[in-house]
Amino acid sequence: MKKILSLLLTGAMVLSLTACGSQAAAPAADAAAPAAEEAATEEAAPAEDAAAEEAAPAAAPSDFKVGVILVGDENEGYTYAHIEGIKKAMETLGLTDDQVIWKYSIAEDATCYDSAMDLVDSGCTVIFSNSYGHQTYMQQAAAEVPDVTFVSMTGDTASISGLSNFCNAFTNVYESRYVSGVVAGMKIAELDELGEIPATGYDADGNVKVGYVGAYPYAEVVSGYTAFFLGIQSVFEKVSMEVSYTNSWFDITAEGEAAKALMSDGCVIIGQHADSTGAPAAVQAALDAGEVHYSVGYNVDMLSVAPDAALTSATNNWAVYYTYAIGAAMNGEKIDQNWAKGYADDAVAITALGASCAEGTAEKVAEAEAAIKDGSLHVFDASKFTVDGKNLTEYVVDLTGNFETTDDGDKNAIMDGYFHESEFRSAPSFDIRIDGIKELN
Amino acid sequence: MSKEDNAVREPFMRIAKRGSTSMKRAIGVRLTGIILALIVSALFIYFVTGLDPLAVYGAMFQGAFGGASAAAAARRSWITIRDTMFLLTIAVALAPAFKMRFWNIGAEGQVLMGGIATAGCMIYLGDKLPTGLLLLVMFLSSCISGAVWGLIPAIFKSKWNTNETLFTLMMNYVAMQLTSYCVALWENPFGSNSVGIINQNTMAGWFPAIAGKTYLLNVLITLVITVGMFFYMTKSKHGYEISVVGESQETAKYAGISTKKVIIRTMLISGAICGLAGFMGVAGIDHTISTNTVGGRGFTAIIVAWLAKFNTFTMILISALLVFLNRGAAEIASQFSLNEFASDIISGIILFFILGSEFFCNYKVIFQHKNDQEGK
Repeated sequence: MKKILSLLLTGAMVLSLTACGSQAAAPAADAAAPAAEEAATEEAAPAEDAAAEEAAPAAAPSDFKVGVILVGDENEGYTYAHIEGIKKAMETLGLTDDQVIWKYSIAEDATCYDSAMDLVDSGCTVIFSNSYGHQTYMQQAAAEVPDVTFVSMTGDTASISGLSNFCNAFTNVYESRYVSGVVAGMKIAELDELGEIPATGYDADGNVKVGYVGAYPYAEVVSGYTAFFLGIQSVFEKVSMEVSYTNSWFDITAEGEAAKALMSDGCVIIGQHADSTGAPAAVQAALDAGEVHYSVGYNVDMLSVAPDAALTSATNNWAVYYTYAIGAAMNGEKIDQNWAKGYADDAVAITALGASCAEGTAEKVAEAEAAIKDGSLHVFDASKFTVDGKNLTEYVVDLTGNFETTDDGDKNAIMDGYFHESEFRSAPSFDIRIDGIKELN
Repeated sequence: MSKEDNAVREPFMRIAKRGSTSMKRAIGVRLTGIILALIVSALFIYFVTGLDPLAVYGAMFQGAFGGASAAAAARRSWITIRDTMFLLTIAVALAPAFKMRFWNIGAEGQVLMGGIATAGCMIYLGDKLPTGLLLLVMFLSSCISGAVWGLIPAIFKSKWNTNETLFTLMMNYVAMQLTSYCVALWENPFGSNSVGIINQNTMAGWFPAIAGKTYLLNVLITLVITVGMFFYMTKSKHGYEISVVGESQETAKYAGISTKKVIIRTMLISGAICGLAGFMGVAGIDHTISTNTVGGRGFTAIIVAWLAKFNTFTMILISALLVFLNRGAAEIASQFSLNEFASDIISGIILFFILGSEFFCNYKVIFQHKNDQEGK
């Protein structure tokens, strides 16, 4: 009897619970439905009016929705920077929080495609993904849904995809890396003058050794460390650099180990193009142990993990792009398929200078930034670097994505005496291995 | 539940195995488990995240089956079904091995091997063979790859009695490394460290849509395997041999069953179906290959197979529940900006109670009072 009673009771509870559940879900669905319908008709309308030369009126901001696919969440520095950028852009454009749909921790696999299509179903007009590995899935979605714009941040295939609704965007972060190199150069000059660099810090030719923890041996990283190296050389000519790859964008342990290996090799400055705090923390530990090493970070201010060792970090200001792109989408305008901007548009910067920076660094930084802004300084000035002892006058870059430089679409990037980085497409294409830089692995 | 009468001094409670559990009781216990899980999760949601539990449950349901529009709901439902089928296929593959008490922890690697074979066929033969033939070649090569990966530990087990748990586990890492190698080999575009979507333009080797449904073929394949495995395990002589070997190898020997033969044969089947799952994952879902293609499902499937006590039909329900929790968790993260850890906790609570209800189905807790038959 008791058994039956308890079964009845549990049964009743289940029923009431599911009833509550569906009731709760229903209003939400109801509320969402009209919005989706509106969005659907709106999407359909411009498509029909396409013949009328995009004369369709701008989408009323209240129905406008932005979709965002993120590789991590706010606990991961790279993604955090994107989230902040988008939030700032939404605020600037007067859009509300419920007009952006976030998809967190989306792996670089078919989940990305599923999420993109889900955002389309939810009425998003423009969809961003923030990791390179999302690109192929974004492209697939873009091919299927021509009236929604898909932006694969840091990607490189938009211009060869043949899809007008598929875009890439990148900042000219090499500019800020150059400036962070200036900061490092000032420090090296100071240490050299004070005679604080131990003998192991110089190579056989008397150059000061610089180390660099890179993620992958790709153009994006090569472009970054070369800019950093040239930045140092603009202040202190006699340097050489060693690059150690971790083969991961985010691996605290591997980055720390790479930094330690470089430091035991004598490197005085450790730069990085990887997303964790592994390298700066290792450098701080070495500095605390009485050795002479300093760190230049990436993405975020490293002063919290390396208060004495961190000089500065090269960083992006994504809000500049998101404000532009979301604004354009909101007004029904086309988004630039290959967007790449730098100091001139405040899209890149370096973080606050650490206390250990050499005297006069701020002035030197301001000088370099101003020169980059007004176009009088080109980071990849062909007269400033050599390959096998010779200056380059021509360098064809692969723009067709097959890693060969013989196709019709591939172009020479060295003109007017400098390498035109990120001009043919937004993603970096400078992959020249210049003299003075050695890849260790 | 316990009565007031506490006169006799004996241990307060003890645990005893149940001889058999009635269907009614089994259902009752499980329902109670699920309700308790929902209540505890609700407490967690309310007190830790400060959200309305019902809204969160609603969002979970929406994530799996709902959405802003009919199209969104249909797509989400299909993704839920698709993921369920993928997990189910792997669980079905594991069932005979586990029933034989052969601890095949290597599903992850066996599926990956099937995936590599599939991706290789798509890349090298995509533009050379007609669709039907191509799919057939992919099907066969994936099954063979998976079977080989299952066969190697089986041979070692039957010949030298090596520990299959460690062996199959380590085979996973070999498969992972092979996958990494193939990803580097097939990288597209160069320098991306990923294979990208294979045959993006031609769609060669992709599962064709049936009746306009992209994932219907996945469902059909899985259901055939599920039903087939059910009859294989319960009605065939092979199935009987598997259960005898599982119960006791000595008995099997006494009954004249060749244990070695059964182990090798069963692992061939188990591995081949895992390989088939890889075929489905690459050609029917991802259209690419990466070390993440299986994404831990090889291990999750073990839970599915065990919870279902190797009944392939029960596995459908359990796979669906796990996928539902997973999809729901993603939606919670999106709607409420809860990060994945919060959703994982909710999934964890629900799984904990489900596992707990298994305990109460198989054992009874006897409180000290003799007349109290209810227990619990």
